[in-house]
Amino acid sequence: MNETAINNKSIQEIENELIEDFSTFDNWTDKYEYIIDLGKNLPLIDPKYKIDEYKVTGCQSQVWLRPEFKDGRVYYFADSDAIITKGLIALLIKVLSGQKPEDVVNSDMAFIDKIGMREHLSPTRSNGLVSMISYMKNYAKSFLNKN
Amino acid sequence: MIDVKEKILSPYNVMKVREDFPILSQKVNNHPLVYFDNAATTQKPKQVINKLTEYYTEMNSNVHRGVHCLSEKATRAFEETREKARAFLNAENTRQVIFTKGTTDGINLVAASYGGMVLKPGDEVMISTLEHHSNIVPWQMICEKTGAVLKIIPISDSGEIMLDEYESMFTDKTKIVSVAHISNSLGTINPIKEMIATAHKYGAIVVIDGAQAGPHLTIDVQDLDADFYAVSSHKFYGPTGAGILYGKEDLLEAMPPYQGGGEMIKSVSFAKTVYNDLPFKFEAGTPNIADTIAMGTTIDYLFDIRKSNIKEYEDELLEYGTNKLNEIGDIRIIGTAKNKASIISFLIKDFHPYDCGSLLDQMGIAVRTGMHCTEPLMQRFGIPGTIRASFGLYNTKEEIDKMIEGIYKVKKMLS
Repeated sequence: MNETAINNKSIQEIENELIEDFSTFDNWTDKYEYIIDLGKNLPLIDPKYKIDEYKVTGCQSQVWLRPEFKDGRVYYFADSDAIITKGLIALLIKVLSGQKPEDVVNSDMAFIDKIGMREHLSPTRSNGLVSMISYMKNYAKSFLNKN
Repeated sequence: MIDVKEKILSPYNVMKVREDFPILSQKVNNHPLVYFDNAATTQKPKQVINKLTEYYTEMNSNVHRGVHCLSEKATRAFEETREKARAFLNAENTRQVIFTKGTTDGINLVAASYGGMVLKPGDEVMISTLEHHSNIVPWQMICEKTGAVLKIIPISDSGEIMLDEYESMFTDKTKIVSVAHISNSLGTINPIKEMIATAHKYGAIVVIDGAQAGPHLTIDVQDLDADFYAVSSHKFYGPTGAGILYGKEDLLEAMPPYQGGGEMIKSVSFAKTVYNDLPFKFEAGTPNIADTIAMGTTIDYLFDIRKSNIKEYEDELLEYGTNKLNEIGDIRIIGTAKNKASIISFLIKDFHPYDCGSLLDQMGIAVRTGMHCTEPLMQRFGIPGTIRASFGLYNTKEEIDKMIEGIYKVKKMLS
């Protein structure tokens, strides 16, 4: 398993770290290069799960997202054919993977705005972030309901 | 870089035209806006914006109903626009000019009303591979309802309709052909005059999706001998939610109304409703009065601007942009038809269009990315979509240079 295996930090703590990381970038190029690197470097999803069942609709690029529930925590694995989208999912995974489902459900993900990626949050079909967050929350909710 | 002096001397003064479009002087992400998404929608000149304000401040009223001064003023402006719309498409008379919400609305009207009237099980409707969803789905819907069959005309690798194949597809069951005048994704200008002649030889009528032709070409429905022709105001520098559908009068006369209520009615009793005459038969409810009247102003604006060599200017942008893109290397242009409007669809290396579009946006460059509502066409080329730069009458070579610079940066960042 990758770095998402165990997350001892709270969602808030990780968000704060990310906000701090992003505050050091003084131009958009650095910010996007960081996102692109995240997208390139994270091994995300097992190719055998790149099937319709795990497809996130509402993305201009293709996105697959698969949840796993283990020892009271929810883990996410994802992939996309677009590298920026992949980087953005990697960000979401950094924050939400390995957390308790109730914390995922209650998170407001306000950090995305604070790190200056607001334009990716617009609730249109051209953009997947809103969709991805709601998929992640819905998966967490379904784990909660099962327990 | 082109010399500014050279432009002032040229017959078409783009810098002066740009002054008519207030939106173009804004900054996006701290860069001067480069707007290359004209195939999706065009910006509006201040004359049109002012007309909207004038309408709401001086004549807002319902049309065709009131005896009072405002209603007569609004009705006059509305019906004067019909005459402008007639001239815009060169229709024979204003009875053939139906105001719609736009091209999609016009095609839906023809599909539901004419298609619903003539199509029988086993009949055939022909569209092409390069159609926009608006010229696919209404036909799928009416085919499903009537039992007719949808047939798809193939295109070549360069994005041109294969005319021999087209002709060989006709049978005595072919009732309707519906094709785009210009492809929104590829820029291909289809040889619709020939295609219409072929269809008529086999007894089929032809519907033209003129959404992309409105801003780029001078349209003459009589010369084309089109049976129906639909355009959207917002694609040719007018307001959204307004459009024109032209139809041959005998066809329109024979067709049943599309929607019920409002202006389409002459008299109503519970026993029988008598429908109004053309064109009102097809204009149910209170129309989009303000935007339609402002569309008339846009038509005046275009007539005026077309006195200069705007077509040559746009062709020049297309050629300049194509050459500059090809110089970069690792660029694949999708749609290389001989006859093209100023629309360029392309891919950079194997990068996803979404990535490229997001980065270009950071540099203030608005391009469209994705499938452009032409999913079957993207499947035809086996690609996830394209980056599309579509140029309008206010774009410049300097802006193309900025996009090219941007693409070099995108290549560097994504490699």
